[in-house]
Amino acid sequence: MFGLKADWSLDVQDRYFTLEDYEGAQPRWCTGCGDHGVLTAVQKVCREAQLAPEKIVNVSGIGCSSRLPHYMKTYGFHGLHGRALPFASGIKARRPDLDVWVSTGDGDCFSIGGCHWIHGIRYNIDMVVLVFDNAIYGLTKNQTSPTTPKDYGTSTHPTGSFLPAMNPLTITLGITNVSFVAQVVDWNPLLVYETIKMAHAHRGTSFVRIIQRCPVFVEDIHKEMMDDPSQILLLKHENGIPTNEAVERIYPNQVVHDPSDWSGAMNIARDESRVPCGLLYHDPEAPVYDDWSNVGMDMSDEEKIAGVNKALDSFSI
Amino acid sequence: MTKQATAQKSNVAEISAGKPKRIEEHIIEVVSDSGEGAQKCGQTFGIVSGKMGNGVWTVEIIPAEIQPPARSQEGASGVRIRLGSKYVTNMGDQADLVVALNEQVLYNRIVNGAFRKGTVVLLENKWADDPQPAIREQYAAALADFKERGLVIHELPLEKECLKIVKNARQGKNMFVLGMLCRIYSRDTQRALDEIAKVFARKGEKVIKPNHELFKAGYQYAAENLEYHYEVPPEHEGIQKPTVVTNGNTAVGLGILASGMDMLAMYPITPATSVSHYVSEVFHHTGGFMHQAEDEIAAVAYAVGSSFAGRTAVTVTSGPGMALKTEILGLAVMCEVPLVVVNVQRGGPATGQPTKIEQGDLLSAIYSMPGDAPKIVMAPATISECFHFVITARKLAEAFRTPVIILTDANLATAVQPYDRPEPQAEWLSAPIDQSEWDKNIPPYDWDDETGLSPRPIPGQPGGEYVLTGLAHTKRSKVAYDSMSNQIGCNMRSRKMAAFAATLQRPEIYGDKEGDMLVVSWGSTMGAVKEAVDRMRSEGHKVSNVHLRFLHPFEKDLKEIFSKFKKVMTVELNYSDDPDMPLITDATRRYAQLANILRHHTLLDIDCWSIVQAAPLQPGMICEAVLGRLKKLN
Ligand SMILES: Cc1ncc(C[n+]2csc(CCOP(=O)(O)OP(=O)(O)O)c2C)c(N)n1
Ligand code: SF4
Ligand SMILES: [Mg+2]
Repeated sequence: MFGLKADWSLDVQDRYFTLEDYEGAQPRWCTGCGDHGVLTAVQKVCREAQLAPEKIVNVSGIGCSSRLPHYMKTYGFHGLHGRALPFASGIKARRPDLDVWVSTGDGDCFSIGGCHWIHGIRYNIDMVVLVFDNAIYGLTKNQTSPTTPKDYGTSTHPTGSFLPAMNPLTITLGITNVSFVAQVVDWNPLLVYETIKMAHAHRGTSFVRIIQRCPVFVEDIHKEMMDDPSQILLLKHENGIPTNEAVERIYPNQVVHDPSDWSGAMNIARDESRVPCGLLYHDPEAPVYDDWSNVGMDMSDEEKIAGVNKALDSFSI
Repeated sequence: MTKQATAQKSNVAEISAGKPKRIEEHIIEVVSDSGEGAQKCGQTFGIVSGKMGNGVWTVEIIPAEIQPPARSQEGASGVRIRLGSKYVTNMGDQADLVVALNEQVLYNRIVNGAFRKGTVVLLENKWADDPQPAIREQYAAALADFKERGLVIHELPLEKECLKIVKNARQGKNMFVLGMLCRIYSRDTQRALDEIAKVFARKGEKVIKPNHELFKAGYQYAAENLEYHYEVPPEHEGIQKPTVVTNGNTAVGLGILASGMDMLAMYPITPATSVSHYVSEVFHHTGGFMHQAEDEIAAVAYAVGSSFAGRTAVTVTSGPGMALKTEILGLAVMCEVPLVVVNVQRGGPATGQPTKIEQGDLLSAIYSMPGDAPKIVMAPATISECFHFVITARKLAEAFRTPVIILTDANLATAVQPYDRPEPQAEWLSAPIDQSEWDKNIPPYDWDDETGLSPRPIPGQPGGEYVLTGLAHTKRSKVAYDSMSNQIGCNMRSRKMAAFAATLQRPEIYGDKEGDMLVVSWGSTMGAVKEAVDRMRSEGHKVSNVHLRFLHPFEKDLKEIFSKFKKVMTVELNYSDDPDMPLITDATRRYAQLANILRHHTLLDIDCWSIVQAAPLQPGMICEAVLGRLKKLN
């Protein structure tokens, strides 16, 4: 509510935002769907940072998870399947004052939006990208997604998915100019909150893969992970996602990993025997595309007209 | 004496020594392998002529490959300049005089119908004694063939002459040729020298000097060795009004700046890319940003996102890119996001003919989106309109909360013409983003029942928070679960088009208001069509023209205008079945694109003539086609 400014004067904001100020329509996700908890965490992070709702834009593609913008009371852009990243990039391009959040699914981001995923990571535009990875196409009802495990039966591969699942972590880490890669499971609210909070604080594209339950279509996949927390590898570091004793007690497999260590991150990501949870990689210094796209926005009409005249003059005869 | 020799002889007799022959206009071509600077030569000649007050139309001859094999027909690169005493609006018919740096590239122009019997060819003769016997043979064979075809050939030692001045003639011949042309057409040499200095300004005096020398040598050579010497006196000496010379793509780029566009998002595609080359060079003059996206889908999404956030945006592309943008343009229609799309049409479908002209995207611009997706489609007819239409389109996009598609084409893109210098205005620029409080009671689609129009909340406006969605939605932008919301949304978006149509004027009729034949045209063919109509009228035919600039919705009163003529036909550069082809009946005949929509728009039996031969229309071809249809009528 109050803030101490650099000149020691007290900044009294005339508005204080409560959780309710970020709550949009009643979520229509299934009971037990992992998306609910992520939505709550996003709202909490907004409240914690006291973000003005009118300055937030929640962008998404198409899928169950892409309904998230409707459940926030902010500006939102529920676009087209696979295209959330370029829409979000355009929104942010000339509006550095807006806080841009992207919600996308494993099909939305890794399949139809694959090209934008690669380039989005490389642009490193200042936004949070939450990938709700339920290892299935939820909205269209149970088709194989790029992260569906091999041999797992779906509506499009009833005898089992042919190919081994894609590894989104190694791919993302492998993209030049990657700046923030984290992974979390939806069923640990504290970790989800802390991860999203840190993602939001980072300037650049914060890529967060959320392993998300879809009890309707792939209950067994995640149930196994929930029942056996040793499958998860908790990443610990003072520069990583903050944990606490309770969390550390649940997840006995832990490793100290410095998020600035890219090779270490790659090794952790490559080892598919465990599901890493935490901050894999963080480079706060990676070039941010906004620094190019934001230039020139404060020109007056007079300056612009002078500019047009200058351009025209070079063709005058 | 052979026929050609007689022709040559009579030409010489016509041009008495000393005094140049006065002519109204000439069509000149310079053709070479790519990389020999023919285009620079032609453009400089065009600018000098424009400065002298002449009418000029310059169009580039572009090979498909970057480095096509030397001395190959398909590698022909060059330029055509139509030079006149009066204003010139198109590239005309066959050339009068051609400079060719090798004989093979001439064939490319021959197959394209660029020459006639009697076209004068000034041909580099170094190939006659090339060390390779195959080349010598090719040259000799071609020479005999050209004479057979009635071309008037003069073999000139261009290489040899240039080597007197520079070590590498390949890089200097174009300026030598420019000198020759300036002598032949009595161009102002001082203006030419100034222009050359401007062209090489960046490279400094050590490059300007030899080029000046080459120019002078060419001039001298022509004066001493060629009988051709013409005068094309401009109607008015020098520049009357402030004038600029650009091609259509640069004009679009300038329009982007002058309209206050905040960003251009694109993915490279011929022949649209040069718009972005130009804009990226100068966008900092107006504070804009050029985004090269990972593909056309991302480019248009970036532009739409930006526009949603209140910044004015344009995307520029060509056919295949347009196809990729389709889904997102549908979203922009559905969600009423203002956007300007420039489609520099090329030959299609698929990769088609990247460097060649076609007006093949009219139907897809209007109809390609799934569902009902009405939007404004407009087409400039001149290079100057390429500039002004961007400004109009941006305003329309915002006023009607819709995408606006501008269809230009490969002909406008590369043709160069002088036009009145635009005077930039403050009202051409976009307004600053409104960030004031939005009245919470006003929904994001507060459709006016009469017009379908509604104001738009911009992110950052407190109280205006809404979630744009590509799903069918209510006026509060809530996903519609009822059956009527979709109907209402469609009604409103369609109503905007009707409201816009009501603001459009009746198109001008060129020629009499009634007669035997009305030729309807659109886009870059206007100059050639009007010239053809002039010719037919001067021969006593009752032919008029209506040129359409708004294709969706249409300008006013078309049916009424058309009904005053015995027959109405469109002339277009896209595919249609020739009614005389096998299997083509009234039931199977496929019409040209504008004819197609005009037929259902007016319920009149509108005919058409159209071709897809990878070149702009020539007035002569149009006359032939229209007169053919007229003959059937009478
Ligand atoms: C162009 C296009 N193709 C296909 C679809 C159909 N579609 C909608 S969502 C979806 C998959 C969603 O899966 P995912 O991204 O994993 O999201 P989830 O529903 O699992 O959250 C598909 C194929 C579409 N809307 N648009
Ligand atoms: S189908 Fe799965 S992902 Fe979609 S809402 Fe239901 S539980 Fe969630
Ligand atoms: Mg999914």
